[in-house]
Amino acid sequence: MNARRHEYCAVALADAFRGDGEILSSPIGVLPSIGARLAKLTFAPGLLLTDGVASLLGDVPALGREAEAVVEGYMPYRTVFDVVWSGRRHVVMGASQIDRYGNQNISAIGDHARPKAQLLGMRGAPGNTINHTTSYFVPSHSTRAFVNEVDVVSGIGYDRARALGPRASRFHEIRRVVSNLGVFDFRTPDGRMRLVSVHPGVSVDDVLRNTAFELVNEGSVEETRSPTDHELMLIRERIDPNGAGAREIPS
Amino acid sequence: MLDKRMSEDEVVAELESGMTIGIGGWASRRKPMSLVRAIARSNLRDLTVVSYAGADLGLLAATGKVRKAVFGFASLDTIPLEPHFRNARQAGAFAVEEYDEGMLQWGLYAAACRLPFLPTRAGLGSDVMRLNPHLKTVRSPYDDGEELVAMPPLCLDVALIHMNRGDRGGNGQFLGADVFFDDLFCLAAKKRFMSVERIVETSELARAGSVHTLKINRTMVDGVVEAPLGAHFTECLPDYPRDEAFQRAYADAAKSPADLERFLDRYVRLDGHEAYRKAVGR
Repeated sequence: MNARRHEYCAVALADAFRGDGEILSSPIGVLPSIGARLAKLTFAPGLLLTDGVASLLGDVPALGREAEAVVEGYMPYRTVFDVVWSGRRHVVMGASQIDRYGNQNISAIGDHARPKAQLLGMRGAPGNTINHTTSYFVPSHSTRAFVNEVDVVSGIGYDRARALGPRASRFHEIRRVVSNLGVFDFRTPDGRMRLVSVHPGVSVDDVLRNTAFELVNEGSVEETRSPTDHELMLIRERIDPNGAGAREIPS
Repeated sequence: MLDKRMSEDEVVAELESGMTIGIGGWASRRKPMSLVRAIARSNLRDLTVVSYAGADLGLLAATGKVRKAVFGFASLDTIPLEPHFRNARQAGAFAVEEYDEGMLQWGLYAAACRLPFLPTRAGLGSDVMRLNPHLKTVRSPYDDGEELVAMPPLCLDVALIHMNRGDRGGNGQFLGADVFFDDLFCLAAKKRFMSVERIVETSELARAGSVHTLKINRTMVDGVVEAPLGAHFTECLPDYPRDEAFQRAYADAAKSPADLERFLDRYVRLDGHEAYRKAVGR
């Protein structure tokens, strides 16, 4: 089967959860949710999923059908913070801006005292990034999103974590960044963002042109892993029968 | 048991300009909107609002009541960004203390426990520290020596919450999935006012839901307002879901000053909550 762009994103987001074991997955948004559910249905059966309200889901419902799922536990907001601070969680957040060290902004664009654009606010980004694994999904990769310097640091990147010292930063990990163009990580000596793979139909030059900072590019950029037929079947028939993922990223 | 029943206007009469007011609920869920509207049409001003914010902060911002917002986000859930809050922020209309949302919980809990601070990792390294220069760190007195954020108490003059059920003495019951932080708001405040969908006999409370739903006891509440549809248009399950059509109309009112004036005339500048129910036809 031929996979579409958003399906490459979904498997790249699912792969972010490899090795996580029995933890709370907190995917924010449509494609991260598809990714987490795909991971749970394939290689990561131990993941906990929530309904986005206060319940833990004991099975894997289609998007929008959470109310019909088996409930295996209770997770109100206060308990979410307990889990955040215990570290047994991997969140996939959005990023209105992200820089070369993975500093993320979801708070405000421009001067914080009088922003050009007020965004959501810090939400849990500072606490998430200092306490447990974080990944990011950016559906429209451009120099406005992949910036030299974020206007507000909500989620902290590797330079900020390093400056705190080894003890304070010992739980900090940005696992990967997935955009509509490719996959990125920070497995570099100084924690700078590295281009890992480009999605089919995207050139390395497309990525570089749409990124304001210099990416670590080791010259061995691969193509993003293709979804298997089984994964495509799960995405299309089981997880997202209404095609919400395609609306997030047109092919 | 004391009878603590009062009206929205009697609650507003207990408030003063310049106060710090904590508002319960979460984003566009179980917000004490009949109390918020009563403040919005009052002469109160220069309020500091502490909230997991949604239409509460949005409406108070739109009506010029806010001197400072203490928040971690402002959202209407199905409309991700609170449009009235955005307008006010982008006009530089008030000061802000923006925190990680876990730090907000910690600040309320510190106030509830009458502690000078509670330690947390949340905030370290982020611009929460730069944008809130009053924040300090503290070093663990134990062998680890770890440096942590010392989150100061968020002491409230007033807390406003909305519950599904309550009795006249101030016991409150949430029947939805999550109490959010409403108990902490009450514990962090000097004066505590609770609106409820329905005031019932105390004996009915434990029949309406399990004992776990009785998170607000009468030592945490000074006044009870019976306000059916009091959280409208925010969600108040299981009594009613969010009124999405009305929420869109509220959001659309942020498009221009004229739209806002029309909305306020029709739904806020009214003679009390009964008039509001009539205006929304419920």
